[in-house]
Amino acid sequence: MSGVLVIAEQRRGELRPVSLELVGAAQGLRRAGEEVTVAVLGKTPEGFVKALSVAGVDEIVTVKVPAPEFDPDTFESAVGALIAERTPDVVLVAHSVDSFGYAAALTARLGLGFATDVFKVERVEGELVATRGVYGQKVNVEVDFPRRGTVLLAIRGNVFKAPEQAASPRVTPFDAPQVASRSAGREFIELSAGDDVDMTTAEFILTIGRGIGEEAKVPQFRELADAIGATLGCSRPIADAGWLPKSRQVGQSGKTASACKLYIAMGVSGAIQHLAGMKHVSTIVAVNTDAEASIFGVAKYGIVGDVFEIADELRRLF
Amino acid sequence: MKILVAVKQVAALDEDFAIRDDGRDVDPDFLIRDLNEWDDFSLEEAVKIKEGHPEPVEVVVVSVGSDEVDESLRKCLAKGADRAIRVWDAAIEGSDTIAIARILAAVAKREAPQMLFAGVQSSDQSFASTGIATAAFLSWPHAAVVTSLTYSPGAESAVFRRELEGGILHEVEIQCPAVLTIQLGINTPRYASLRSIKQAAAKPIEVLSLADVSLGAADVGEAGSLSRVRRMYVPDKGRAQLIQGDAAQQAARLAEIIREFKGAAA
Repeated sequence: MSGVLVIAEQRRGELRPVSLELVGAAQGLRRAGEEVTVAVLGKTPEGFVKALSVAGVDEIVTVKVPAPEFDPDTFESAVGALIAERTPDVVLVAHSVDSFGYAAALTARLGLGFATDVFKVERVEGELVATRGVYGQKVNVEVDFPRRGTVLLAIRGNVFKAPEQAASPRVTPFDAPQVASRSAGREFIELSAGDDVDMTTAEFILTIGRGIGEEAKVPQFRELADAIGATLGCSRPIADAGWLPKSRQVGQSGKTASACKLYIAMGVSGAIQHLAGMKHVSTIVAVNTDAEASIFGVAKYGIVGDVFEIADELRRLF
Repeated sequence: MKILVAVKQVAALDEDFAIRDDGRDVDPDFLIRDLNEWDDFSLEEAVKIKEGHPEPVEVVVVSVGSDEVDESLRKCLAKGADRAIRVWDAAIEGSDTIAIARILAAVAKREAPQMLFAGVQSSDQSFASTGIATAAFLSWPHAAVVTSLTYSPGAESAVFRRELEGGILHEVEIQCPAVLTIQLGINTPRYASLRSIKQAAAKPIEVLSLADVSLGAADVGEAGSLSRVRRMYVPDKGRAQLIQGDAAQQAARLAEIIREFKGAAA
């Protein structure tokens, strides 16, 4: 077992940014003389070579597969064949919706060491040790992989730094085995706006979460958002319950609030997916009754208190 | 026709908690148990399909754990499951997601359902792997993070949408039987009525041993797992700067932050 194999992620012709973060994570794992190899799967994988040619990559393996987009059987088979040929010490994939669809099946079948949602990884006396959060991210566990050769780790996004410098790694094509895939992608559907809001361009967002308790409370927060000049957003449970349209949901699976600079979260406890989707915001203010809520771990300012009382007081000032 | 739904009784931390003497998990006295939130949605999806189908469909829930899991299984029975299966053996202690998947697959082989649902992830361990690993042991087609589903029991294929990052859905057709992991929000889980809770108390929970599902001690526990917890610890959290005072004072400071932002943005 030698070297680090990174599986890049692409969707609809674009490399997903987490791919380069995986290259960043790989640097701390390569032992003296070992290489970091990045594999990219697609119909025309050569198209991603330039974007993947960054410092820290020794080799790019282009894997031509018939499916234009992610497909579990295709990925499982191709990545499995690549692992069999290269016998890497560590395989890094993103902890993402695509890897949810195949990584566990691959490791179960091949008997690889396996951990997901890993945000820290190191070698302790030569042994690979991965750290992940459990019980609502309130405690961490260190995980190791006794008796396992190759270890596959699904790495949390927005944790490791992507290398910025360009480089010229060698490029090797790889023939993936033929596979009769048992599922077929039909089309992508963009979440339609539903109303006239565009969360991707909003700079100031006020979000409500489960803590507001009932649907009848939504209008008062809508009114507050208008008064203070914020765009009203929500966390997943609010959109799932239909209290606000899905287009107002922010967090990892909601609309990317990429332009947001000031984010006030009221009654949002902060599921990991929500926090991951909002981590880039420079000023997060969290208002929550629970002093232990995870959102206080990423917020710049915290108010421990009753969301309705704070909302009423704030409304009076605008 | 049969739909098998894999469920988990998850644990949440009590306000105060202590880590076990061996340093590898929380002392169970400080854990609050409940049915995994995701599993509420996958059970509802199965029950909805059953109710909408003209032919009889049996919804069977399966879980791995000791008798304390019966509480969650009863909840599933009250919400519309017809039958519950629980697998337990002392050797299962210390199993990771893969070893649990091996047990679930063994139950699925015995039950031979036309479809298997699992939650996308559990709220306590958050591995997001058990359902998909179960599919691997069954050699079944599989898909993760299903947020809408069109499926008629007995059909050769199903069509679903999986929820990708950034508000995009991907529509996919899959061959059946399959394992689908179900995302929050796919439906609105029902509340159990008092009557159904009473009825659930009379429904059977079948308890199986490892031998009943043709597995041995080497298939489960640490031996059957792909990872092992070395150590658990409470992290030093980055903490927000807390705004002190009464509600009026806190709101006043928040208003200041908003005005500073607007001043800078103007």
